[in-house]
Amino acid sequence: MMDLYYLVRDGISQMLHGSLNYIIWVVLLLLLILNGGWFYYQQLSEGLVVTNMTNQVSWGFYIANFTFLVGVAAAAVMLVIPAYVFRRNDIKDVVLMGDSMAIAAVIMAILFVVVDLGRPDRFWHMIPGLGRFNFPESLLAWDVIVLNGYLLLNMGISFYIIYCHYRGCQPQLKRYFPFVILAIFWAISIHTVTAFLFSANSGRPYWHNALLAPRFIASAFCSGPALMLLGLQIIRSVSNYPISRMVIKHLAIVMTISLQITLFFTAAELFTDFYNEGEHAASARYLFLGLNGHTALTPWIWTALVMLVIATLIGMIHPLRRNRTLLNIAAVLTIIGIWIEKGMGFIIPGFIPSPIGEIYEYTPNMTEIMVSLGIWSLGLLVFTLLAKVAIPIECGTLRKPGVEVSDPICNLKNTPTKEGTSP
Amino acid sequence: MGKKGLVMSKPDLNKPDLARRRFLLGVGAATAATGAATASAAWGGNTMSDAFADFFQQHYQRMTEDEIRLTLERIERKAKRRYDADINCKNTPPQEGVVFGYALNISKCRGYRDCVHACVTENNLGEDTQYIRVLEMPEGSLDLNHADHYYDSKDLPHAGHYYLPMQCMHCDNPPCVKACPVEATWTEPDGIVVVDYDWCIGCRYCMTACPYQARHFNWGSPRLSADKINTDTHYLGNRPRPRGVVEKCHFCVQRTRENRQPACQEACPTGARIFGNLLDPDSEIRYVLENKAVFRLKEELGTEPKFWYFRDA
Repeated sequence: MMDLYYLVRDGISQMLHGSLNYIIWVVLLLLLILNGGWFYYQQLSEGLVVTNMTNQVSWGFYIANFTFLVGVAAAAVMLVIPAYVFRRNDIKDVVLMGDSMAIAAVIMAILFVVVDLGRPDRFWHMIPGLGRFNFPESLLAWDVIVLNGYLLLNMGISFYIIYCHYRGCQPQLKRYFPFVILAIFWAISIHTVTAFLFSANSGRPYWHNALLAPRFIASAFCSGPALMLLGLQIIRSVSNYPISRMVIKHLAIVMTISLQITLFFTAAELFTDFYNEGEHAASARYLFLGLNGHTALTPWIWTALVMLVIATLIGMIHPLRRNRTLLNIAAVLTIIGIWIEKGMGFIIPGFIPSPIGEIYEYTPNMTEIMVSLGIWSLGLLVFTLLAKVAIPIECGTLRKPGVEVSDPICNLKNTPTKEGTSP
Repeated sequence: MGKKGLVMSKPDLNKPDLARRRFLLGVGAATAATGAATASAAWGGNTMSDAFADFFQQHYQRMTEDEIRLTLERIERKAKRRYDADINCKNTPPQEGVVFGYALNISKCRGYRDCVHACVTENNLGEDTQYIRVLEMPEGSLDLNHADHYYDSKDLPHAGHYYLPMQCMHCDNPPCVKACPVEATWTEPDGIVVVDYDWCIGCRYCMTACPYQARHFNWGSPRLSADKINTDTHYLGNRPRPRGVVEKCHFCVQRTRENRQPACQEACPTGARIFGNLLDPDSEIRYVLENKAVFRLKEELGTEPKFWYFRDA
């Protein structure tokens, strides 16, 4: 138990101390969280009437962000699978960063659902036993289970590894390997369940589509690796954590292949919608071309498509992908492109036109944007703090009192690889 | 305040058995009666015990008769505080051998929207909520995407159009009930799909699931004026709703369970609306279903609506 106390003490000490840039970054995030909290407080006291959502478009920006973030969380498997199943040691070195991102993403996803609730004070109605939990009927009940389960799995595995390293011993793979395998299947399930949440609605033809879950998974494997790639590039520039170029290369290739699949899926849907266009295609027409003069979403989706095509091209053309700056640009374009495609480009048109033919347009207002920014900042803060503690422990420079600090592997920064070019 | 609520009569639920269960609600109401005067200011007009009992209120189907009685009294006290209205909140149970259904004669409807207005008044709807939506359709089409939802109320009916009133279809296989993560909405034995406004968490997944846009959310606190409030209310029906929860047409449960017609049916000046017991072979609605060419909207979705449309031949 003393060891746990030391870990908490040293961990908090790590979080509170850092370079000037670190302090500025954390304070900035805290300010954005406070700002979001203020707008959420107003939403709590006035009701969701302060948002732009309506009876026609009854889910908006919050659920759009939720959907995107569940995908990001699921994409952690793109590090976990090669690290544990294919025994890639270079990837295993950074797998904790992937887990930390998954933890931050799930926390954000859950918060986006909480801020969307009309009565968060009745949260206990969902607790099985105490409340009434409509399982297995309601897909939302499934989502509650898979998201919380995924959070626990990731926290458990990461904590076990960190705690072992902190005490100066090696984690026993055979002890946690079953949980790793479970987490891999669980990761696919969180995004599948989230897709089913939408495709279950037979009254909304835009979502009622068997391609939805595969599409969700494919686009998650674009945006997740892209975010991880950027995160690792940043960690590599602000710390001496050894991140192999092969890891960056791996993420870039996963991102590119997933982008190709995503674009193919999009094309398949467009063909089915428009070759023999009927009532079921009304939302797609509204999104891509505008309906009866209503075109609020058209610029969003075309921006997203152009971004995704550019990112795919950068990823496909080897010399471009090997250029570090261009690769980072491709990652940014992918993140924004998928965020639009899955958010404003997917959630909102499901409500337009409404099931009884009403066209009521929607754009998020200041409250929704500020609350969302606050949640994003909180997620980034969670990731920052987790990484701040995990990096020195993984590097071997932070150990419990009495354990000798082992060879600091992190001093050998960026050992050159066979390829020789900088990613 | 508290005292006034407690002395209100409650004819259909008089089974005083307080000693049996003095759980949260029992304790709450007892304190409310004595401590209301002193505690009211601090909780925005609410007593601490009422706020406490509100928070821990059980699901409607899980409450004992005592708990329901105390809850109804609390609802009445709340209406008095918020709207200065003396409402009577009932809990009339469903009748044996009754399943309600609706049929609407499109050839008679002229789009006057009298049903909409009657519904708003009867059901204490806030300013921006209407359970009934009358669509103006171009002759020769049943594609709802061609409907005009906001047609002009003057010079009705408009040439070349027919009118299609829509409301909750009280599906026999309701996707909204399946969707709710906390079972806050369900089908009553008399076929009415109801919402427990005090159990709903406001996630709005049911609104997403409904193919008829029949569910409405209280985005803010519903605004009602005291002089216009219908004081004859039902727990599952037209009692004043809280903020942040979903509501919908409940076939005027406060009227129909007492053998009265729903407000929309009574208000219709052309006799287009036929409401009744589907299990009664002699009812008018059974006659329509057996003798007219009826159809249902979006029948292909398999939700089995209990709301039919027909035309005179």
